[in-house]
Amino acid sequence: MAIAVKTLRRPEAESSYMRATLKGMALTFQHLFQKKWTMEYPEQTAAPDWKLSGRWRGTHRMAVTEDGKAKCVACGLCPQVCPANCIRLIPGEDEQGNRYPLVYEIDEFRCVFCGYCQEVCPEEAIHVGVHYENAEYSRDGFVYDLERLMKQTHEVSSLWDPSDPRGE
Amino acid sequence: MTPVSGDAFLWISIVKILVVFGALLGLIAFWTLVERRVCAFIQNRLGPNRVGPEGLFQPVADGLKNFFKEETLPPFSDRFLFVLAPMLAFTPALITFAVVPFASPLPTPWGLVNSAIADLPVGFLYILAISSLGVYGVVLAGWSSNNKYSLLGGLRGSAQLISYEVSMGLSAVAVLVLAGNITMNEIVARQQQSLWFVLPLFVAFFTFLVSAFAETNRLPFDLPEAEAELIAGYHTEYSAMKFSMFYIAEYSNMVTASALMVTLFFGGWDIPFTAWDNTPPWTVLKFVATFGAFWAKVLFFMFAYIWVRWTLPRFRFDQLMDLGWKVLLPIALGFVMVVAVSVWALEAAGVRFGIGYALALTGVNAVLAVLIFKVLDANRVIGGSASRQHDRWRAQAGRVKGAA
Repeated sequence: MAIAVKTLRRPEAESSYMRATLKGMALTFQHLFQKKWTMEYPEQTAAPDWKLSGRWRGTHRMAVTEDGKAKCVACGLCPQVCPANCIRLIPGEDEQGNRYPLVYEIDEFRCVFCGYCQEVCPEEAIHVGVHYENAEYSRDGFVYDLERLMKQTHEVSSLWDPSDPRGE
Repeated sequence: MTPVSGDAFLWISIVKILVVFGALLGLIAFWTLVERRVCAFIQNRLGPNRVGPEGLFQPVADGLKNFFKEETLPPFSDRFLFVLAPMLAFTPALITFAVVPFASPLPTPWGLVNSAIADLPVGFLYILAISSLGVYGVVLAGWSSNNKYSLLGGLRGSAQLISYEVSMGLSAVAVLVLAGNITMNEIVARQQQSLWFVLPLFVAFFTFLVSAFAETNRLPFDLPEAEAELIAGYHTEYSAMKFSMFYIAEYSNMVTASALMVTLFFGGWDIPFTAWDNTPPWTVLKFVATFGAFWAKVLFFMFAYIWVRWTLPRFRFDQLMDLGWKVLLPIALGFVMVVAVSVWALEAAGVRFGIGYALALTGVNAVLAVLIFKVLDANRVIGGSASRQHDRWRAQAGRVKGAA
């Protein structure tokens, strides 16, 4: 006994091959003259209807105080939380007993851009940024030291906000 | 003016061969770019436009890359056949074009030069003979690679080409019945005396068009390469220039198939609505004008190849065989009968070959075309084995229910 299969009798216009072919040809022909969505990247880096999300996690940036010093207090949370182990921090202490980073390096090549460093930072010093153009000619170039992190000027990531999951 | 003869004929033939060969390769190279850009446009992209203005030198870059790439030779392959296969695909694809006249005769100081390289008296048979040789390249490439995907591609290629060769040949028989001759120039001349054969032989044109797509292994019939199923089919194991030769063969098959469609059904180098271009005295101006007319038509069909490729999805293999043997072959075969009977009736009625003659046939064709398309459209003839199995089950279930 064969398996009972329910067939749906579709109308001729929907199941016809000839008409579908002609319709498809007409559709693709229209597409020849439609607007092209390609952004010719190196020449064109921005378009009015295109922008990176505010939650984009890219190149890091170190926040700076008014007197031009890094906000970092070398608490050591970010190297601790970093899953890729890409942050190297050697803490130092000045005469007033304020901690500051003697060495603060991020290897952008190892980084997985999870954004935990920004989330964990008590001083809101280290950030991931809305920026992606960080190509280099050598691997050494990807190790950003403190000075270079402070010099970055791009927008910082707003990260994902649980109270506003859609970013509205 | 008399046709050229003697030594001049030899020299002019050599020049013609070189010029046509070079122009064909140039066109093929250009068309690989057109294919990629049209594909991009259809998908709302821009396509390759970096090398030269609008990407014009992209084919040159591709060619250079192919020259410098490594030639791989699979260790388990049959070396002799492996090297031979691309040549077998490449050569017939290019030499088929030799008999196609692409313009009116050109007057030269040595006499009247025919535009086809070789104006063979058996022109059309030559094309049928040589173009089907191309399948050896596909089959041998699949076989000698010693790779299951390549072999499957080769097998599919041979099955497909043999199937569609039949309906292609039969639809061309209708043209030959009407032309009464198999010389390409004569076929063109007959169309100039009456109408382009696409009107009086529309059904044949339809079957020829579909078969030509299958013959050139282009989508929706590219089963031999079917990249989603067979990696790259018969040329999986090929690299560098050997791969490139298959590629060139595919495109030159496209050129030849388009040129054939134009010559058989669209009046060849005829310019419509005027007799100026097809009456002597032949001048250089007429040569240039008809040359333009011919290539405009051919390029349109080559564009149609691309257009169809980026519109239609690939057939399943059993659907492909169904379409070839159960749809196109009966149509083509029946149509030969219809044309033969109509021609006989017209001759018996004493109608002279000309526009009236062609119009009468056009009427017959219009009726046939409407009927055929109605049936093809309504009955989903290429549903494939799954739906047929389904129908069988339904019939069975009906019988069981009736018995109870």
